[in-house]
Amino acid sequence: MLRLIDISKYYNPGTVNEMCLFNGFNLSIEEGEFVSVVGSNGSGKTSMLNIICGSIPIDRGRIEINETDITNTPEYKRQIRIGRVYQNPALGTCPNMTILENMSLADNKGKVFHLQRGTDKKRIDVYKEILRRLGLGLEDKLDITVGSLSGGQRQALAMIMATMTPIEFLILDEHTAALDPKTAELIMELTDSIVKEKKLTTIMVTHNLRYAVKYGNRLLMMHQGDIVIDSLGEEKKALKVDDVLDRFNEISIECGN
Amino acid sequence: MLTTIIGIFEEGLAYAILALGVYITYKILDFPDLSVDGTFPLGGAITVILISAGVNPVLTLLLSFLTGAIAGIITGVIHVKFKVRDLLSGIIVMTALYSINLRIAGSANVPIFMKDSIFDNNLLDKIIAGGFRPYLMMTVLIIIVIIMKVLLDFYLRTKSGYLLRAVGDNETVVTSLAKDKGIMKIIGLSIANAFVALSGGIFAQKNGYFDISIGTGALVTGVASVIIGTNLFRKLSAMKATTSVIIGSILYKACVAIAIAFGLEAQDQKLITSVLFLIILITSNEKKRRAKANA
Repeated sequence: MLRLIDISKYYNPGTVNEMCLFNGFNLSIEEGEFVSVVGSNGSGKTSMLNIICGSIPIDRGRIEINETDITNTPEYKRQIRIGRVYQNPALGTCPNMTILENMSLADNKGKVFHLQRGTDKKRIDVYKEILRRLGLGLEDKLDITVGSLSGGQRQALAMIMATMTPIEFLILDEHTAALDPKTAELIMELTDSIVKEKKLTTIMVTHNLRYAVKYGNRLLMMHQGDIVIDSLGEEKKALKVDDVLDRFNEISIECGN
Repeated sequence: MLTTIIGIFEEGLAYAILALGVYITYKILDFPDLSVDGTFPLGGAITVILISAGVNPVLTLLLSFLTGAIAGIITGVIHVKFKVRDLLSGIIVMTALYSINLRIAGSANVPIFMKDSIFDNNLLDKIIAGGFRPYLMMTVLIIIVIIMKVLLDFYLRTKSGYLLRAVGDNETVVTSLAKDKGIMKIIGLSIANAFVALSGGIFAQKNGYFDISIGTGALVTGVASVIIGTNLFRKLSAMKATTSVIIGSILYKACVAIAIAFGLEAQDQKLITSVLFLIILITSNEKKRRAKANA
């Protein structure tokens, strides 16, 4: 279980540009939930993910995972239970290393990185099998550098790498936004199957309302650092894209857009 | 003519180990590490002072290597823990080392001509035939360079080596792997400067003296060798980058030797070094380093 308790976050504190993003923000996510998060730009979606992962500091409040306070745990240490996929496909992989080397890196997450061989030859067949399931032909390209792959291929690889070792939380930060519609569809289906197979607690920020409605079992809409829709269970199942869009428009009108 | 060619090889091989070190920081970590200009003479100073005191020449090199590693750690800690910009961290250590090197060596120039070295000692006198003498230094250097190259190649294929490459390639991935990217940078800088100090120690034994000025332009020499090597053999994917860098170092020293053969004098050496470097940078169209934030 993940809990954000009474979180406050200010940008540029003490200057004329001071901006309060969160003021007493609370959220709790149960184990096994797949939460889609929508909202306009600047509503705090990505900041929320950054706060969970420890990429940005908070001004007040507490972050807990399974009752353990992780507020002061450095970003890299939190990643042991978190897998994260970014909007930019380039962020999840090492471009100048080969697919095999990238897979080996991901496979060693949580272990010590000492002077054993970087690639365990016995694992190559396992990597190939994992890649074969993507249907992108990557299993035959193990020795080419990741930088020469397309954005969609890199994002698929990033997704595989993020979820390769046992993790509890999957954080998806608009991970289909930079892809063409067909590839985005493919990555979304891959996401859904991985989440179901590994029973991951997932938070997915997206601008695609259709994905937000179709996937997951809970939907949040955020606006100016607050949650304006929180729908789960049967209510979420009944939710239509138009309902979400209507609420979205209401908010926009309130803001004078 | 043959003597000149052997001279070029000797010079190039001695600097090849420096180039391997610079390859780690410049190519793998993408870190412009100026502390190299201080750690190269640091290795030299440690070596001459220990040799003068009668320490085994091989042991002096090992100690130079370790001292360089410590200097690299200091650069890394300044950059990673105190968030000083990469370039400035190197400059701070380089400047501090200038004084430290003088302190260690005792003066700006220390000769060790009469002492044993890895190139000239009783053991070698016994086993080497007289006719082989002219090639002896080159042979010893080749052996050391190969050992260091194999060690570096081995390290880069280990898990830790993968992580080092990942830090230079994409820091975000290292964080995602729940590893501290700062520690990896410090490790990389430490290994790099250990190589550089070793190179300085070998250089001092080869020339038979330590001089404080040998540090000036060490980084430039190293980067030039790395760029020549990696660009020249870019299309030969079967060739390891470390091999390319070693050949690059020899070629670079050949270029300097040619420039001197065309009537320039020894005192012009640093000028030649830097002009050649500029030409290499322009012709190789080396990509601009991406602007990047502090660690």
